[in-house]
Amino acid sequence: MAFVSNIMIFNPPALQMTNLRKTYRGRVTALRGVSLTVQEGDFFALLGPNGAGKSTAIGIISSLVLKTAGEIKIFGVDVDKEFSRAKSLIGVVPQEINFNQFETVNDIILNQAGYYGIDRPDAQKRAEKILKQTQLWDRRDEISRNLSGGMKRRLMISRALIHEPRLLILDEPTAGVDIEVRRSMWKFLTDLNKSGTTIILTTHYLEEAESLCRNIAIIDKGEIVENTSMQLLLRKLGAESFIFDCTSSISTLSKLGDHQIRKLDDHRFEVTVNQGENLNTVFEELSKSGIKIQSMRNKSNRLEELFLGLVAESA
Amino acid sequence: MQSLKKTQWIGLKTIIRKEITRFSRIWMQTLLPPAITMSLYFILFSTILGPRIGEMAGFDYIQFIAPGIIMMSVITNSYSNVVSSFFGAKFQRHIEEILVAPVSNEIILLGYVVGGVCRGIAIGFLVTLVALFFTDLSIHSYTVTFAVVLLTSTLFSLCGFLNAVFARSFDDISIVPTFILAPMTYLGGVFYSVDLLPSFWYQVSLFNPILYMVNAFRYGMLGHSDINVTYALLAIVTFVVLLTIICLDILKRGTGLRT
Repeated sequence: MAFVSNIMIFNPPALQMTNLRKTYRGRVTALRGVSLTVQEGDFFALLGPNGAGKSTAIGIISSLVLKTAGEIKIFGVDVDKEFSRAKSLIGVVPQEINFNQFETVNDIILNQAGYYGIDRPDAQKRAEKILKQTQLWDRRDEISRNLSGGMKRRLMISRALIHEPRLLILDEPTAGVDIEVRRSMWKFLTDLNKSGTTIILTTHYLEEAESLCRNIAIIDKGEIVENTSMQLLLRKLGAESFIFDCTSSISTLSKLGDHQIRKLDDHRFEVTVNQGENLNTVFEELSKSGIKIQSMRNKSNRLEELFLGLVAESA
Repeated sequence: MQSLKKTQWIGLKTIIRKEITRFSRIWMQTLLPPAITMSLYFILFSTILGPRIGEMAGFDYIQFIAPGIIMMSVITNSYSNVVSSFFGAKFQRHIEEILVAPVSNEIILLGYVVGGVCRGIAIGFLVTLVALFFTDLSIHSYTVTFAVVLLTSTLFSLCGFLNAVFARSFDDISIVPTFILAPMTYLGGVFYSVDLLPSFWYQVSLFNPILYMVNAFRYGMLGHSDINVTYALLAIVTFVVLLTIICLDILKRGTGLRT
């Protein structure tokens, strides 16, 4: 939303999908009337189990999949009416490697720039900038198939950004990359989002969605089963479980203050903390009993639990 | 925001540059083999078989078949350039780079066809150079010669594009060249004048489009054709227009490219 003098101007959403439907020729229905709005500047997560319809939705937005029905607007531009203009607003990083494995990094980027109408001298300047940002500049003359998995992912991101899209869609960009590369990609994407690029991310790493995204939609069997802010979604999860590793035996322990415990073995136990409660009493009781804690950790990713719950509900 | 026309123009230049770079980079697979194969034809027919066959339609045999051999190279190479490049792009999925970009279907088709035409002409030029080692070649009509080369390579680039769109495996892109294109080319009057054929086979030959291209090109170079050149040019233009319409319709529907 922007203000000009006393007039309030509402910017159109980065993405507006209305009643999107897709039935493949084999009569498999992938999307059953999906409506979704992503505001400009958002970092949005689209989650769902395999076959839920995430990639189909992204395919339709990027025009690689033909929709059966529905409407898509990118920053207010109707994809059906102004195909070329809408396309130039989007950058897509697909799930699978889809660049020419026999071309050099630089050629892949320059060709992609050309497809978006960027002339060669300008494209070369942009390529240098983006390849330096993604730490691929030193490998620009390398044949792309010789790159490591992480570099290939970064190349796909660089390629998607060469025309400076206002909306970047990433379909599981960190699948199969090591933790170090994943973390560096998270930082890169966070900085990109801060600089004004709207980002939609699908991922299987729920930790990734939790730490990066502000809003989230969960899709299952071609329908949106949840669409809210990450904060609100996590708040829905009333309780959280912790696992304590102790240095001494906990065989005599049965309860810690008001908290029920579940012994996992002689040195480990689990405590569930409900919303509004805290762990102070647990520590106090443990100190009284002379039990020393070696370490403590979350039982599992909270979002993962919630995700599994929502998907199970819709089953 | 720059104009849509400029975007399309840069997109077209990019596809053409990419295509020319592709076949130039792998010249050992794309440019050298046809030059060697055609040299063998020339050696065989100029020194061993040609003198025994004697004249054909008033020309030395090698002189008579040279335009047909050049045209055969143009046909097979413009076809195979587009079919292998476009199917390769589909197979590796990097065709998606173009499909997600604001490049129009017309520009995609034109880019690949121009790539095929460039390779067809490059090979045609190389084979002509080889032919000059074995026989004297002059050009009777520059207009007809260049028009036929351009139209024929365009036509077979379009055929290659169609094949690539429908192909699902590498087998599918070799079926048409092996079982349709090669027989039609060999039976299209490259090595003989159709006037020598019995009446029935002469009539059958008239249904072979390659006969028209070979003869029109032969007319351009030697001034001799078994077929009316105007009809031949009209037939080629008609096929080019028809195939362009079909290819654009297929691209619009997304057949074989968009699910």
